[in-house]
Amino acid sequence: MSMSRATAAVVGSGNIGTDLLAKLLRSETLSPRYMVGVDPESGGLASAREAGLEVSADGVDWLLGRDEPPDVVFEATSAKAHAANAPRYEAAGIPAVDLTPAAIGPYLVPAVNAGAHAGAPNINLVTCGGQATVPIVAAVTRVTPVPYAEIVASIASRSAGPGTRANIDEFTRTTARGLEVVGGAHRGKAIIVLNPAEPPVLMRDTIFCAIDPDADREAIGASIERMVADVAAYVPGYRLVAPPQFDDARPEWDDRARVTVLLEVEGNGDHLPPYAGNLDIMTAAAVRAGEALVTAPEVVR
Amino acid sequence: MSVPTEVRVTDTTLRDGSHAVAHRFTEAQVRDTVRALDAANVPLIEVTHGDGLAGSSFNYGFSAVPDLRLIEAAVEETSTARIAALLLPGVGTSEDLRAAVDLGIGVARIATHCTEADVSIQHFGLARELGLETVGFLMLSHQLEPQQLAGQARIMADAGCQCVYVVDSAGALLPADAASRVLALREELGDDAQVGIHAHNNLAMGVANSLAAVEAGARQVDGACRSLGAGAGNAPTEVVAAVFERSGIETGLDLHGLLAVAEDVVRPMLTREPVMDRSSIVMGYAGVYSSFLLHAERAADRYGVPAHEILMEVGRRGYVGGQEDMIIDIAVRLSAELEGSDTDAAVS
Repeated sequence: MSMSRATAAVVGSGNIGTDLLAKLLRSETLSPRYMVGVDPESGGLASAREAGLEVSADGVDWLLGRDEPPDVVFEATSAKAHAANAPRYEAAGIPAVDLTPAAIGPYLVPAVNAGAHAGAPNINLVTCGGQATVPIVAAVTRVTPVPYAEIVASIASRSAGPGTRANIDEFTRTTARGLEVVGGAHRGKAIIVLNPAEPPVLMRDTIFCAIDPDADREAIGASIERMVADVAAYVPGYRLVAPPQFDDARPEWDDRARVTVLLEVEGNGDHLPPYAGNLDIMTAAAVRAGEALVTAPEVVR
Repeated sequence: MSVPTEVRVTDTTLRDGSHAVAHRFTEAQVRDTVRALDAANVPLIEVTHGDGLAGSSFNYGFSAVPDLRLIEAAVEETSTARIAALLLPGVGTSEDLRAAVDLGIGVARIATHCTEADVSIQHFGLARELGLETVGFLMLSHQLEPQQLAGQARIMADAGCQCVYVVDSAGALLPADAASRVLALREELGDDAQVGIHAHNNLAMGVANSLAAVEAGARQVDGACRSLGAGAGNAPTEVVAAVFERSGIETGLDLHGLLAVAEDVVRPMLTREPVMDRSSIVMGYAGVYSSFLLHAERAADRYGVPAHEILMEVGRRGYVGGQEDMIIDIAVRLSAELEGSDTDAAVS
């Protein structure tokens, strides 16, 4: 059976769930079989049905009542809904990839720690800013210690949904923790800026890492470029807009030097518009994370 | 005889002025300034990193002394004045606000870009729950027409904001623009919240805009002693006091005390005075967030490109407050273009 694709369910039929489905339909490892929403009239459910999925607006009860439950479930609802659903998936033995800010499971950033949580019942994708910036911090920390990493994520106002807006503190906190836990920085800080310019701006991310004045800049630069290529393998619009910028030590930086990395993330335009790179990188990372969960040796069937 | 208009003036020397000193205020400077402002009857004194609580960062500049330490010192020096702190959602969080409240601030000022008021809802809710008075900042207010700006003010007021400020972060408004925005907010908010004005001098309109705003119904006004603030600085508190007194606007401020604060306390601590130089005027003209000034100057030095060209490009690209990182991006590109054109010249 190891040659056949594992089955996946998407819970949440909004824009994120629909974009995720478009990507899952291209996966060589996962086969999307179920989609669950709350509104029977939703466009997301209709397009999933058209793509051949079994769909329902009857929530997780319906999903868990299937004769053949999915091998992995993707949750694209809300933190609150996921907090309620997560124990049920776990009880049913279905690993969950959490795209909400619920942060129940360990953080997963595919380019950095895809294999780290094989067998975990639940993994969390940090935030869009985390998916974009944690890899860069990890690329620096694998060369030299980073006592402090700071990121600025700017996204188009139109791509920030009501959930993000109502809980903007969650973004800054969770992203900062991701920089530490997965990125390897001793201390992390995250800043998010919403830009209303029209036409909508692409997602931009800037990563600042404090480094030793004598750190090997060539090695750091090469490590960053390798990492950008690794992320771009699953987020094609992820790219450097300039080579890494190195600044010499300053007293107000605790006599440390600094490397600055300027990125932009253009979305793939699957269901969401290309400017919404922040959403694209989440759904792309989710697919990678789900693939890693089901191909881990423990769960090959 | 009409009843004199009463206006509350907030001094932001120790917050907006933080930009002008690259966030290097010392505890002694804060104590001296607060003591003098308090003695001059200033009712509300804002003390925070220029970019608000937790603004200390690579992107905005590290504070010489942590925000919370400065706030604690300020609270200790006041007798009648209250201390306010600024919070920008996306930079600082509810935890930072709670920490400032524990140290004794009485007013939370919560700032968003003028189109993004809804990111402040959770913070206004918390501030009111903690018993604070609240002020909302709609930054870069010149970017929205009066009616749309009023719609954003409504979001803040509904969230618990008691006074919404028209914040001219770029110093781009002219007096008629300031007045029309204040009027629109007054009409929208009625008795639900007051309206305030925060004006910058990039086009020399700081005091004129403050006066026009009060005539249009604003009841809270910001100033900074000796103009100490981002860009070409703020409407100077001491000039606001003098002009308002001459206009029959009641502020309760002690003009001579304020003149002494500006001259004897603030002036000696300045390493540079905010001035209407080429970069500042470009910011007002192109509608650029004033605190980008020092960052643009630093990038200009680092990359060998003119600061005013960087700022003009910031305006063209429509960056908003908080996007200081994009100054590096622009400087790198301008520098590459310069090198490119040098190469072309050598070839031809």
